[in-house]
Amino acid sequence: MASATSADTFPQMGSLGDVHMSGERRLPASPVNPVMETRDLNVFYGDFHAVHDVNLSYGRHEITAMIGPSGCGKSTVLRCLNRMNDLVASARVEGEVLYHGQDVYEKSVDPIAVRTHIGMVFQKPNPFPKSIYDNIAYGPRVTGMKVDNMDDLVEEALRGAALWDEVKDKLKQSAYGLSGGQQQRLCIARTIATRPDVILMDEPCSALDPIATARVEDLMLELRNEYTIIVVTHNMQQAARVSDRTAFFTARPDETTGNRTGLLVEYDLTSTIFSNPNDKRTEDYISGRFG
Amino acid sequence: MSTIDGTTAGPSSGTGPRGVPNLKGRSRPAERVIVAGLIASAGLSVVITIAILVALVEPVIEFFRQVSVSEFFATEGRFAVIPLVTGTLTVTLIALLVAVPIGLGAAMYLSEYASKRTRKVLKPTVELLAGIPSVVYGFFALFFVTPRLLQDLLNMQVNFTNLLSAGLILGVMIIPTIASLAEDALTAVPQALRQGSYAMGANRMQTTLRVVLPAAISGVAAAIVLGMSRAIGETMIVALAAGAQKNMTLDIREGAQTMTGFIAQTAGGENPVGSVEYNMLFAVGLLLFVITLVINLISITLVRRYRQEY
Repeated sequence: MASATSADTFPQMGSLGDVHMSGERRLPASPVNPVMETRDLNVFYGDFHAVHDVNLSYGRHEITAMIGPSGCGKSTVLRCLNRMNDLVASARVEGEVLYHGQDVYEKSVDPIAVRTHIGMVFQKPNPFPKSIYDNIAYGPRVTGMKVDNMDDLVEEALRGAALWDEVKDKLKQSAYGLSGGQQQRLCIARTIATRPDVILMDEPCSALDPIATARVEDLMLELRNEYTIIVVTHNMQQAARVSDRTAFFTARPDETTGNRTGLLVEYDLTSTIFSNPNDKRTEDYISGRFG
Repeated sequence: MSTIDGTTAGPSSGTGPRGVPNLKGRSRPAERVIVAGLIASAGLSVVITIAILVALVEPVIEFFRQVSVSEFFATEGRFAVIPLVTGTLTVTLIALLVAVPIGLGAAMYLSEYASKRTRKVLKPTVELLAGIPSVVYGFFALFFVTPRLLQDLLNMQVNFTNLLSAGLILGVMIIPTIASLAEDALTAVPQALRQGSYAMGANRMQTTLRVVLPAAISGVAAAIVLGMSRAIGETMIVALAAGAQKNMTLDIREGAQTMTGFIAQTAGGENPVGSVEYNMLFAVGLLLFVITLVINLISITLVRRYRQEY
């Protein structure tokens, strides 16, 4: 059982000469001073063991992609990072989810406070049935953020999400009048309006067409300069295009119950995962032989 | 069905060349029967409404030949209707003041806060209130609310029949209507909106009040309008608890007959067909119909305008 755990596939801490290339960025082999970490993370839905012993660290101003076949637990892991799994009554989390070294699942921690620092963008664009302006202003308003000028904040957030020029003349109109791609960028703008530290993205482009997808991907690369981004994606090309590091998950059926438990197979620089993976399962998945 | 697959389908009519699928329309008589039945069902309610209106109009015309319009829309006199209107509107307002906060509160609790198990028990219990016959409510108002609650407990100087207890109990009666329909509207709001709100760092109350409720506003408004229509049209409670005395007053400690109360009393059988009293019945009925219609229209317009803001 222990043979497949993620720990032994982790890359060793690199020496100075062991610096890898990722796109045009030179990054250490594993994140230095990670913003977030999961330690021996296990998630259960009732009796169902959804995720087994995930150890991951997410680097500052990096884009970390989590990929793998359906049911491998990557979305579940993502939803633990800002405690969105709290909304599922049967969910139980074991292990640690560290944010700046602090366990977000500790009793004294308020999940609402966690979410103001760790924002989230969902699979399907989910703007509120309000105006474009009110969609952006919602977060700052509910969190009681001190805002000198809400108009400026709205503009800044929309510019940050590369949406300003398209919507500046219709801020008071319904967000539902926007296209799917615009709605998703609005959701990203809405998230950055609260000035989070980390942005979680759960398959943010799966409901978008290729052009809208390309725009969101460009946006992610821009946002990387200011935010730490953790993205779950089904699209391997997307992971290869945008991410600095990639974590590959798979699902292992239980011998007795047949329930599929997700586990981390390999975590490395994206360039390594896609060109020279350590694990046979990663290679099979990347090359399309499985999953 | 071989005709679906073009490569294997022989031309069933024998005319087309081999391999060309037959795409001609087939007659579907059963379908036509069903559609006709559905149209008839939908049309029936419209027809009945119009039929009722028509049935009302003839005696009403007759009534206004016997009694002048100013005598009808007067505050006092044998044929005055304004006291009945104020009676109806006063008890309805009291009922809404009771039922809207409690009904919406119950709906928000059931939809946003209660666990699945709690909701399973609580919602049918709330709906059970709707099954109590209104005559029971009426007696409850008359023999419990007025003497025990208002007079003994709250030490209020109220008459034996009064608008307050009628309105309060009317409100209790429409709570399940508002709670149940509003809960349906709130529950129908997509989970994705709630998740979006929580992910922004909103708490449950903010999510409920600022995202879920506005998103469900048309359904919630419909629930309130339906509750209000039931309150305006309710007869037994007001006939018992508000009294059978025409009374031009806004003092809720006094009794005052409502429009429905008047109709119930006058339709008692002692007025011969064609008499002024008999015809007045229909005039009051038509007015009641118009008032309900106007209130519904105003509510619909308000909801539309509010929704367009998004």
